[in-house]
Amino acid sequence: MEGRDRDFVQHIPRLRRYARALTGDRSRADDLVQDTLERALVKFHLWRPGSDLRAWMFTIMHNVYINQVRAGASAVVSPLDDETVQPAIRATQSDRLEVLDLQTALLSLPEDQREVLLLVGLEQMTYDEAAGVLNVPIGTVMSRLSRAREKLRISLKGGAQLPAGLKVVK
Amino acid sequence: MSGLAVTEAELHAHVDGLLPEARRAEVEEYLATHLEDAQRVRAWREQNADLRAWFDPVLAESAPARLRRAASGRRKLPLRYAAVLGWIALGGIAGWFLHDYRIEKSTDTVAFAHRAVVAHIVYAPEVRHPVEVGAEQEAHLVAWLSKRIGGSLKIPQLGSLGYHLVGGRLLPGNQGPVAQFMFQDGSGQRLTLYVRNGAAEGKETAFRYAQERGISVFYWVDGRFGYAISGEINKDDLLRVANVVYQQLNP
Repeated sequence: MEGRDRDFVQHIPRLRRYARALTGDRSRADDLVQDTLERALVKFHLWRPGSDLRAWMFTIMHNVYINQVRAGASAVVSPLDDETVQPAIRATQSDRLEVLDLQTALLSLPEDQREVLLLVGLEQMTYDEAAGVLNVPIGTVMSRLSRAREKLRISLKGGAQLPAGLKVVK
Repeated sequence: MSGLAVTEAELHAHVDGLLPEARRAEVEEYLATHLEDAQRVRAWREQNADLRAWFDPVLAESAPARLRRAASGRRKLPLRYAAVLGWIALGGIAGWFLHDYRIEKSTDTVAFAHRAVVAHIVYAPEVRHPVEVGAEQEAHLVAWLSKRIGGSLKIPQLGSLGYHLVGGRLLPGNQGPVAQFMFQDGSGQRLTLYVRNGAAEGKETAFRYAQERGISVFYWVDGRFGYAISGEINKDDLLRVANVVYQQLNP
């Protein structure tokens, strides 16, 4: 029991990071993490000892998230406003502008593409692991990843010049 | 070497550091002569770096206490799951008792208890305005709230337990107006009784217990009304109160 608690707690930071990127909103992200942890507790007997606990918890989070999206919880697709993209720690104005664009672009991706992009790019999972978490074939992971990256690249292109000019301020 | 066939998937794997060592050099060679692909690869790399630069600070934040609690096995089962499990168990053991009460009702009941706790947390610490209408206007309070929630309310007398009425207020519930009565003992300990109308027509349930954020709550349905009594006291003491409330409302 104690081992399980410790393991769960250990994964909280990464679950939070992923949830934050996924939802773009701090409190909704933490709600998602809480739902995930509660569900993981209830379902813990289903976890195969020796298998990757992190992947298992991300799978649960994916399921919780998708259920919320499907349930059409209006909050899940709330539009961006100033508050949801409030930068926390970045140092310079130029960085902030650049990253605001990234965040906006990220949230404009379809959920399934955003999830793949974040599992791979942020969480640094292998394509196999991401396919396992999302319960889709690896080919689907690749095509979603490809579409996500291209969309992001194109939507960030326009904004790229602005921060470049501002960087002088540093 | 520009004739090398490199797939889109390999370009991604290159970005993500997932290419086998041997293949990496070949892909780099390919990129040296395919500038458009090289540009895309560079942009994707930047995306990865940007994502981490932006969201890695979350790793260093200290997690809210509610998440640490949720991760802990020492915590009670989460309220809503505990309740659902409870309902399922009850359904098996005492289906006769629940009649056609459906499972989804339980989530409604749990949401009710949750709102009761939140209302307790919001108003119980209030010093200057704990209630809208004070105990000195008890008759008016009862008449007003009865009218608003559409049923004739009674206020239990908890003097035998050391609690006196402070007053009450009207609150928005899930499906309409809800009444909250507040009681207080000599030490300043406060209890709130949260009442709604039309919870489940003509049904009765046993007491259910939950604890949330340090607040104990017993809740039940009795006829037209749903009740929840909340307080920052232990389960046994609160059960005594709940019993008295129940008896007084069902003479």
